[in-house]
Amino acid sequence: MKWTRRDLLKGLGGLPILGAVWWAGVASATYKRNERSEVLNQLGISPSLPPSVPNIEGEPVRVGIIGFGIRGEQLCRSLGFATKEWYEEMKIEMEENPDNKAVEDFERQEKLNVKLVGVCDIFDVRAERALNSFNTSENKIKRYSTYQEMIHSGDVDAIVIATPDHWHAPMAIEALKNNIHVYVEKPMTHTIAETYELQTAAEESEAVFAVGHQHRQTLSFKTARDIVEKGTLGHVSLIQTNTNRNDDNGAWNYDIHEKASPQTIDWQQFLGTAPQVPFNKNHFFRWRKWWAYGSGLSGDLLTHDYDRLNCVLNMGIPDSIIASGGVYTQNDGRNVPDVLQVNMEFPRFSTGSSQVKGKEQGMTFCYSATLGNGFNRPTILMGHDATMELGNKLTVWPDGASTRYAPMLEEGKIYPHTPIYQYNPAANVPDAISSATSQYFADKGLMWTYIDGVRVDSTFLHMREWLSAIKNGTALSCGIQEGFDEAITAHMAGLSWKLGRKIEWDHEKGQLVPIEGINFDEVLLAGDWKIESRELEKV
Amino acid sequence: MKTINENGVKISITLLRIFVGWHFLYEGVIKLYNPEWTSSGYLASSQGPLKPLFALLTQPGIIDWVDMLNIIALLLVGITFTLGVFERKGAIVGMGLLALYYLAHPSFPWLPQVNVEGSYWFVNKNLIELIACLLIYNFPTGHFFGLNYFIKRKPSKVKSYEMD
Repeated sequence: MKWTRRDLLKGLGGLPILGAVWWAGVASATYKRNERSEVLNQLGISPSLPPSVPNIEGEPVRVGIIGFGIRGEQLCRSLGFATKEWYEEMKIEMEENPDNKAVEDFERQEKLNVKLVGVCDIFDVRAERALNSFNTSENKIKRYSTYQEMIHSGDVDAIVIATPDHWHAPMAIEALKNNIHVYVEKPMTHTIAETYELQTAAEESEAVFAVGHQHRQTLSFKTARDIVEKGTLGHVSLIQTNTNRNDDNGAWNYDIHEKASPQTIDWQQFLGTAPQVPFNKNHFFRWRKWWAYGSGLSGDLLTHDYDRLNCVLNMGIPDSIIASGGVYTQNDGRNVPDVLQVNMEFPRFSTGSSQVKGKEQGMTFCYSATLGNGFNRPTILMGHDATMELGNKLTVWPDGASTRYAPMLEEGKIYPHTPIYQYNPAANVPDAISSATSQYFADKGLMWTYIDGVRVDSTFLHMREWLSAIKNGTALSCGIQEGFDEAITAHMAGLSWKLGRKIEWDHEKGQLVPIEGINFDEVLLAGDWKIESRELEKV
Repeated sequence: MKTINENGVKISITLLRIFVGWHFLYEGVIKLYNPEWTSSGYLASSQGPLKPLFALLTQPGIIDWVDMLNIIALLLVGITFTLGVFERKGAIVGMGLLALYYLAHPSFPWLPQVNVEGSYWFVNKNLIELIACLLIYNFPTGHFFGLNYFIKRKPSKVKSYEMD
C-alpha cells in the first residue's frame, strides 16, 4: 500500500503554507522588536522607579489644616481623612459612572502616621464639616478661630495651608518662626516682598517647609528628566505649555454656599490686609478672580506648568518675561485676565547640543492660556533633535532635520512622524474622570501617577514626602528654593501683564531689575492697574 | 437541470479555508512572538451591551489568561484550517472568537466606533469572516485538500495493485 504523489500533494499541501505563514510571523515580529530595541538602546532612556521613602515611624505627626475648602478637603483626603459628605457625593457619582474608582483608590491608599488634630476655617459650615467627620473618640479634633491660635496652641506639630493666596506667606512665616512644619499651596506668596520674607523664615527655621507642587512625584516627569539629560531632544529652543478651559469650574466660578452670610463667615479675617470692602460672597468663594486675594492664571495655573518644567529642566527664574492678554471671555467683574500669553526668556540656558559648539544656546518658554476654549493643547518641548510631549504620558518624535538621528533617519530605521519613545504607565488602566477640570489636571500629570500600573494620588505621595522629611530628615522635592523660583516667576508674569512691559530678573543680585517710579508690590496688589491710562492722564 | 460545478465549489471553499486559516495563524504568531502584546486596550475600549463583561476581563490576573487563550485559539483555527484537519472543530472555535471580537466592538449605528477602519452598518469584516467559518463548518474540504485526505481516504487500491 503506497501513497501516490497526488495523494501526498493533496494531503500535505497545507504544511508548506503553515510553515511559510509561521516563518513570516516570527520574522516580522522579531525584526520589529530588534529595530525597536536598537533605537531604544541608542536612546538609553530608563523609566523612573518610584522613590523609596523610609517608614514614617514614632509618634504620629499632629497636623492642623488651615482652609477647609475645595483644596483643603482634597489635601485631607491625601492625608487619609475623607468627609462623610464626600462619601455621599462619590456614591452618587458611582451610580452614574461605575468606573469611578475614587473611593477604592482612597481606601487602598497607604495610611500615613498622622493625626488630624485641628481645623481652622473662617466659614462655620466648612469647619463644622471637618469636625463632624473627623472628630471621633480616638481622634479628637479642635476648631481654632484664628491661625495664630492654632500655631501657638502647642497641640500642633505641622500645618497645611490651603487658603487664598494673600494668606499663604503670613501664615507660613508665623508657623516657621515657631518651628511648626509647613505645607503650603502654590503660589507660596502673594507679593515680591513676602517671597523674600518667607525665604528667610524657611532658612532660619528648624521646621520643614514644603510647597504643594505635587506633580514633582509624577514618575513620568522623572523619566522626562532622564530623556532630556541623555540629550535625546538635543537643544530645546522652545517650550509650549497651555491652559485650555471652557467651563465655570475652570474659570473659578465655584458654587456659593447657601448658608454663607456675615454671621457664618468671619469676613474681617478673610480680608486681612486686602482692601476693606463690604461682605461679598462672590469674593469669598471665588477669590481666585481678584488680585486682592489671588493671582489669576499666572499664580494659579502658570505656576503648575512652570514648576513641571523646572522639575524636568531645573532652569530657574527666567532672565525676563513679557506677558499680554485681557479679560476676554469671562467679563463678570473679575480683574485677573482670562486670556494670557507669557513669554519667558532663558537666553543662557541649554539642554545640550548635537551641533557645533556655540551654535545653540537660549530658550523661550511660552505659556498660553484661555478660559474660553477647552481644546487640549499638549505641553511640547521642541529640540533640534526631537520633540517631546510631556504629561502623564511621554512621547518623543525625532526631528526630520536632526543631527543626532541623521544616520538612523537615512537608513529608514526611524521616521519623523513615528515616535521613537513612548512612556505610558497608564496604558492598561481605564480612567474615569469626572469633570473637565479634573481632566485638565490629569492630562498634565497633576492628579496622579502610576506605580506598577496602579493609580496613586500624587498629592498623597507629596505629603508623604513632607512627613518623611519631618520624621526622617529625608529630602524634599519642592522646598523653599523651588517655591522661590515659582513665586518670583509667577509675580514677574503678573507684573508684566499689568505694566504692559518687560520685567527682568537680575541673577547676580537676586532681585527684579527696578523700574523707576514703580513699586512692584503695589502694582501686584492693585485691582485695576493700568500704566498706560496713568501715563495718558499725565499727557 | 444544470448541475453545479462541484469541483469549482470545492476549490473555492478550500481556498477560503486556507486564507481564513492564514489570517488567523499570522495574527496568532505575531502575538505569540510579541511579549508586549495585550488585548487589554481592545477590551477596555469595548462598546455595546457586553461592555461590563469585557471590562471585567481586563482585570489584572484575568487579562493574562485572556491573552493566552486568545493566542491559543487563533493558532488552533490557523493550524486546523491550513492543514485541513479537525477543521469543523476549528471552525467552531473561530466562530466563537469572531463573535467575541464582534460583540466587543459591534457595528451598531448608535454606538461610537472606536479604533475602527472603514464604515459599517451592523455587518463588519469580523461578521463576514464568522460566516466564512460557518461555511467551512458546513462544507469541510480537508478530505479534498488537507491531512483529512489521509484519514478519510485509504490509498487507492487499484493503484497499489498496479505498483505491485
